[in-house]
Amino acid sequence: MDIDELKGRLGTELWAVEFEIEKGLVRRFVQAVDDPNPRWQVTAPPTLVLTVGIDQIQQWQASVSPSATLLHGGTELECYQPVKVGDVIRASVAVAGVRERPGKMGRMLFITLETSYTNQRQEAVARSRQLVMSY
Amino acid sequence: MAEQVYFEDITEGGEIDPLAKLPTTRQLVMWAGASGDYNPIHYDKDYALGRGLSGVVVPGQLVCAFLGQMVTDWMGERGTLKKLSCSYKGMNYPGEAITCKGKVLKKLVADGEHCVECNIWAENARGEKTVTGSAVVILPARS
Repeated sequence: MDIDELKGRLGTELWAVEFEIEKGLVRRFVQAVDDPNPRWQVTAPPTLVLTVGIDQIQQWQASVSPSATLLHGGTELECYQPVKVGDVIRASVAVAGVRERPGKMGRMLFITLETSYTNQRQEAVARSRQLVMSY
Repeated sequence: MAEQVYFEDITEGGEIDPLAKLPTTRQLVMWAGASGDYNPIHYDKDYALGRGLSGVVVPGQLVCAFLGQMVTDWMGERGTLKKLSCSYKGMNYPGEAITCKGKVLKKLVADGEHCVECNIWAENARGEKTVTGSAVVILPARS
């Protein structure tokens, strides 16, 4: 996919993934962060949804910029309601912006991906914007 | 856990209790497994060096989770996190201290909700801000 093709697809869903917020997943997340808040026994930490489908994002980014180094520029998260352990979250990913800029390591590509997260009741639970860069 | 903080207790310019972290390579491996972020710059030193980095780097999103932890610890059980944003400005390396900090920017009541807007950031051991961002939380009110 080249930059013009990406620009032509702004706002349309690229793909969606579905994830069950399993107890073990939440436990591994809070252990990795070292966040022992007892609240996370029933509710997922708000930043956990950001990892839903992160692997797919990177594989896609690698397909757009083959053999490039992938970096993360920024994250914006908006939470509408808490994600509970046991919820099934659907993450729908779209391109919200694309730009190119020369950098010290060569051409740098900046892509903003917007993800909408809904639960098993089709309720919106969160929305995120991730700025990903490759060079 | 600290005592519940109320909207009335907050003053603009007040500080959020800082959170100290010391990420290790082990923690980075745990994070890769938990998050599904398998970017080799976070675990393969040779790869990272070949890409112009000084070594493996701490994932920005892990620092974002640290900042989220600082905010959710501070807002207490009855607080709600509405927004969190992070800009990854500089690299953090495993074995180096990270301190998460925050300051209350503004408090306001909107749609009957008691909102507090904060600036948040992460500093490395040299006091450089490697991640900067903001957070909006809703706190319970006494009245």
